[in-house]
Amino acid sequence: MTAITGSAWAPGLGYRIRWGVSDTLTLTKRSLLVWYRVPAYIFFTVIQPVIFVLLFRYVFGGAIPVDVPGGYVNFLLPGIIAQTAAFATFGTAIVLAQELKKGVIDRLKSMPIARSAVLTGRLVADTGRMFITILIIVGVGYAVGFRFLNGFGPAAAMVVLATVFGVAIACVSAFTGLAIGDEESVQSFGLIWLFPLTFVSSAFVPIATMPGWLQAFANHQPVTFVVNTMRAMALGGSLEPTLWPNLWRSLIWLVGIFVVFLPLAVRSYRRAT
Amino acid sequence: MSQINGVSEQPAILVEGLTKSFGDVHALRGIDLSVPRGTVLGVLGPNGAGKTTAVRVLTTLLLPDGGRALVEGHDVVQEAAAVRRSIGLAGQSAAIQEELTGRENLEIIGRLYHLSRRETRSRATELLEQFGLADAADRTAKTYSGGMQRRLDLAASLVGRPRVLFLDEPTTGLDPRARLGMWDIIRSLVAGGTTLLLTTQYLDEADELADEIVVIDHGLVIAGGTSEELKNRVGGDVIEFTVPDRSRVADAAAAVKPIGEGEPHADPETGVVSVGVGARGSDALVEAVRALDAAGVASRGLALRRPSLDDVFLTLTGHAAEDEQGGGRRRGSRGRLRADDERRGGPGPGGRSPREETARTGS
Repeated sequence: MTAITGSAWAPGLGYRIRWGVSDTLTLTKRSLLVWYRVPAYIFFTVIQPVIFVLLFRYVFGGAIPVDVPGGYVNFLLPGIIAQTAAFATFGTAIVLAQELKKGVIDRLKSMPIARSAVLTGRLVADTGRMFITILIIVGVGYAVGFRFLNGFGPAAAMVVLATVFGVAIACVSAFTGLAIGDEESVQSFGLIWLFPLTFVSSAFVPIATMPGWLQAFANHQPVTFVVNTMRAMALGGSLEPTLWPNLWRSLIWLVGIFVVFLPLAVRSYRRAT
Repeated sequence: MSQINGVSEQPAILVEGLTKSFGDVHALRGIDLSVPRGTVLGVLGPNGAGKTTAVRVLTTLLLPDGGRALVEGHDVVQEAAAVRRSIGLAGQSAAIQEELTGRENLEIIGRLYHLSRRETRSRATELLEQFGLADAADRTAKTYSGGMQRRLDLAASLVGRPRVLFLDEPTTGLDPRARLGMWDIIRSLVAGGTTLLLTTQYLDEADELADEIVVIDHGLVIAGGTSEELKNRVGGDVIEFTVPDRSRVADAAAAVKPIGEGEPHADPETGVVSVGVGARGSDALVEAVRALDAAGVASRGLALRRPSLDDVFLTLTGHAAEDEQGGGRRRGSRGRLRADDERRGGPGPGGRSPREETARTGS
């Protein structure tokens, strides 16, 4: 008795979730294919943190006294890994800006696909890329003397935390990429906020060595909490008592970043033309 | 609102009083359009006239400020999802993934239209053949020529078998040969019954492909009709010639003025002078030869022709459409063309019209 007309056809929630997942996976697959064709895109994500590991391990490290089990290389690796996760999101911002400029996003938005799929597909693919990069850096770390001292479980938890942190930063990057919409500006802007955020933290040096005004920032920003948590997970021992206070602060920050920047990214995607 | 699918009297595209502003820039100032099913509407206008904005509203990429627009009976704001199921869009640049092959590009689009794997594969193969890309199907799109990339982009817009297709300046930036190839493809699509809205700044393109043409300038429809009707508005035939000595262009225009039915138009940069002569045909031609001879002005290529859409544009807007091609592309390029002319420098022996440049880029 009811004729199906195009306008009256309202798909149910289950249907929408199913196709939302399908569209996300299709777009994720697209990114994976691109990287398969042009491995250089992955290579450059990996080479920068490898150089940083070697630089800090062998050039600066000798001059930085730290009080952690295993010395500076053990201090360094969790910090580098957090930074690697954050820097991997340069790619998120740049690719979105490129696709915006080329009209790829226009094409996708004019199609009957799940509205969220372009963003989620990007984030899923970039999370995969980030995860692989983190594993490679752990491997490079092992080659230059880094060791997990706290067992497999906490080590795995550290990698997961680094990845979740990276995804949170990826939401910020996705927002900047879509809001700015120009590849070069996006890249410069990324340097402006990601460099201070990752370097003015506990990632590379003990915060106590910084001038007081800088400590005030470094002691209260998310990268420090995340890196401290990762370090306690990786090394345990004397750092064990620092785990919980840093972990819950990290989680509050991460939730806060998601709550603010995911909607902003979605909004800038909807408005992007 | 409710409507019944398949009512053929309903136009494929219906636009009423559509407005859209970006801050102080009034990109659309109330346009009306109606495109019957299975026909081609050519939207003609210079850069910044509002063509792209109109396409973006109709393809649900932009929300209009006022008025309404229906595509296949669906409101582009209220029923955007239904509109997206009926349309295809190919924009001004090739929105393809250059790192992937032509086939992969189309297959990803097919999967996003939720075609089955088998359908996706056969649809991609079919389109690659139709667009002359079968031999290049498994090469990465990076290796394609500009024309091939645009054909792939057009193919991508057709994967979902849209009933209404929007082509925003489909041949901008293509060399003349690739342009002709694109025209053939567009003609074959139209023969298949697709409704097409095509924007262009090339007058010959609208003339060639469109059933009906609307001329847009500064966000308003300033004229509409068939190519023939628009040409009649110029009022008959046109005499046109080139004055090789650029300093004598004004003299030439003055000499032929008494013959014309309106003011002659003289372009000091290219030396081209044209004047409408109504229905007097070859009599006017003889008079023009005599007048130029009497004024002592040498001319080249003196001929009587049917009015082109260039003449229409000139009559309607008081400025030539092609003046505006020197401007920037897409967003932020809404400046008037006169300014561009000034920047490009005055007339000189080296000065070539943009159209000549377009022609020369080919070959």
